[in-house]
Amino acid sequence: MNKLIIEPSPHIRSKNTTDKIMMRVLIALAPALAMSVYIFGIRALYLSIVCMGSCIIFESLFRRFVRKDFSIDPSPAVTGLLLAFCLPVTLPYYIAIIGCFVAIVVVKQLFGGLGQNFANPAVVARIVLMLSFTSQMTYWVSPFWYRDDVDTITSATPLAVEAGEQLPGLWDLLMGFHSGSFGETSIIALLIGFVFLLMTRVIRVVTPVAFVGTVALGAFIAGENVGLHVLSGGLILGAVYMATDYSTTPVSMSGKFVFGVGCGIITLAIRFFSDMPEGVSYAILIMNILTYYIDKITFPRPFGMVREPSVFFRKKKEEETKDV
Amino acid sequence: MTQGIGTPCVPLVKVGDFIKTGQLIADSEAFVSAPIHSSVTGKVSAERSILDINGNRDGAIVIIPEQKITMCDKIKPPVIESRADLIKAVRNSGLVGLGGAGFPTHVKLSYDPEKFNIDTLVINGAECEPYITSDYREFMENAEDVINGAKLVMKWCEIERTIIGIEKSNPNAIRHMREVIEEKNEKNITVCPLPTNFPQGAEKVLVYNTTRRVVKERQLPMSVGCVILNVSSTAFIAQYARTGIPLISRRLTVDGNIVNKASNYSVPIGMTLGELMKKVDLRLQPDRIIYGGPMMGKSVYDPDTPICKTTGAVLFFKNLPEYKPTACIRCGKCLRACSMNLMPTEFMKAYEMRDLKMMKKLRVDLCMECGSCSYICPARRNLTERNKLAKELLQKLEKNNKEIKTK
Repeated sequence: MNKLIIEPSPHIRSKNTTDKIMMRVLIALAPALAMSVYIFGIRALYLSIVCMGSCIIFESLFRRFVRKDFSIDPSPAVTGLLLAFCLPVTLPYYIAIIGCFVAIVVVKQLFGGLGQNFANPAVVARIVLMLSFTSQMTYWVSPFWYRDDVDTITSATPLAVEAGEQLPGLWDLLMGFHSGSFGETSIIALLIGFVFLLMTRVIRVVTPVAFVGTVALGAFIAGENVGLHVLSGGLILGAVYMATDYSTTPVSMSGKFVFGVGCGIITLAIRFFSDMPEGVSYAILIMNILTYYIDKITFPRPFGMVREPSVFFRKKKEEETKDV
Repeated sequence: MTQGIGTPCVPLVKVGDFIKTGQLIADSEAFVSAPIHSSVTGKVSAERSILDINGNRDGAIVIIPEQKITMCDKIKPPVIESRADLIKAVRNSGLVGLGGAGFPTHVKLSYDPEKFNIDTLVINGAECEPYITSDYREFMENAEDVINGAKLVMKWCEIERTIIGIEKSNPNAIRHMREVIEEKNEKNITVCPLPTNFPQGAEKVLVYNTTRRVVKERQLPMSVGCVILNVSSTAFIAQYARTGIPLISRRLTVDGNIVNKASNYSVPIGMTLGELMKKVDLRLQPDRIIYGGPMMGKSVYDPDTPICKTTGAVLFFKNLPEYKPTACIRCGKCLRACSMNLMPTEFMKAYEMRDLKMMKKLRVDLCMECGSCSYICPARRNLTERNKLAKELLQKLEKNNKEIKTK
């Protein structure tokens, strides 16, 4: 007989792989990219390609630099595309590349690479760019600006609209016909991707629903425009694609729920009480940091586990047995 | 000499003895042990030490079979008139749990009726492992024996009801069993369709899905009033009561990606793998042979490994895809796959850092090694393997601690 292979059980594995999961996220983001090209022009596509490409290059360069095995996988592309979606369409390419460097090298690889980073790379990169290049990062253009003869028309995002100015209607909010970071405006396209991710079981419904639900409820209680709060800003993009990132969010279902609610509360707090118009990225970052602790307190209870009585009860029991 | 769980038996025959089919060849004084009978007629050619499927050294009796089969003259149907008779008969038949764990059946039946109030006999026909179909055939071919066996146990152990658990993926078996039950008008026997999940046949999962009772950690199903028997074991009790032929053969599924026709065989216990391979129609030379299901089965490394009472399937594979583990992305799929609600990904971290406190806190000891976490892992990490290692490490340490304390 020829040689036999010995291995521990199980001998069969499911066909799902990390790469396939990442590819599915990219596919889910495709409709939003298409919409953003339609709304903000072809530069949105160029910016996305620059971000994805530079993320992949940074990742491979760093892996070669630290002599890890060299492999190209789609996960940095996901980071790059998500980061690109948070950028205004007019952003110079070199700033986007700096953002990719922060995301991949500083946030992801320095902490150990895939699965080891504690904060979402795209979120941190966006925050870094926001603080370092504030004027370029808040240079919003009107939708379909590329069609008009005027060079550029600046306009405020719906959340930063000052009193007296006109708000975009609900339809415009849903389709994304308003100014903002180019990937976050088209809610319809983002939701198509959300349904795709749910159907392919890449993400669970808990976190986005808890996140958006908390924001909607809070806005309703505060008497603000619920539709505006839910549909504008980066909320849907953040809730569906960033708050569901595997490595930076809790693993258990109850933990995911806590994470979503926490993100919602912080987002509301920032939107209501701070000078910044937008708080989704900060909310996600703060909850990312708390993930370790959320994981600790939301341990799933093993099936049939007998919980050890607490010290108080144990003492009581001992006393009872003594009496007997 | 070890067929399933328990004390190894001691050979009762010498080299050169002439053995008839069904003759007792090894037994043990210990309670948790089942005797072994010869499945062939022939001369004892050697007694030697072999490596069993788990990699342990074990004694073996080698019998060269003859063409002519002579049944042992001691074989006669047992007389069962009390609970003690039933337990004795089951022990003499050499029956162990045919599902795979191989726990001697008479031990299961000889619980203390004053301590445990047993009201339910659960018959395990879940057969949750992929590929295996031997329990399914048992339902289709020996439905009456299954019911007769259950009736015997119910009668003498004074158990009120029987629940037969069958996965919904086997609708034919469910229908057939219901028809037979109706025909015989058995009111106390019901069929419970189970969700098609792995590991449905694990006893804690099975008890929960059939009776909604939760078996606490380190407790046997008896603690919640259940006795679990495998279908084939149940049917065998009825067959033994009728014919008196001890457990000398078993049904076995032969399947795999290079088997031309997947089928069930009735195989004499003790047959070696090499002999079985001569009978099986294989397309190619296998490079992986597995005893048991693909999820929990064990790789065979020696064609002389005998088929035991617990071998429910032999799978032949070639060119299975090889997987390289990549980094854990904390997707949490293993958590949701775990039927015990454990956290395999955290075990892995704790094990790699040898964090014993954490391992204890995460309850590695509750892991039943079903393999679901490794199966589902998109990063192809060998989670189950690490869990096994972690369990072993913890056990060793606890043993050491005890020794230190006693000293």
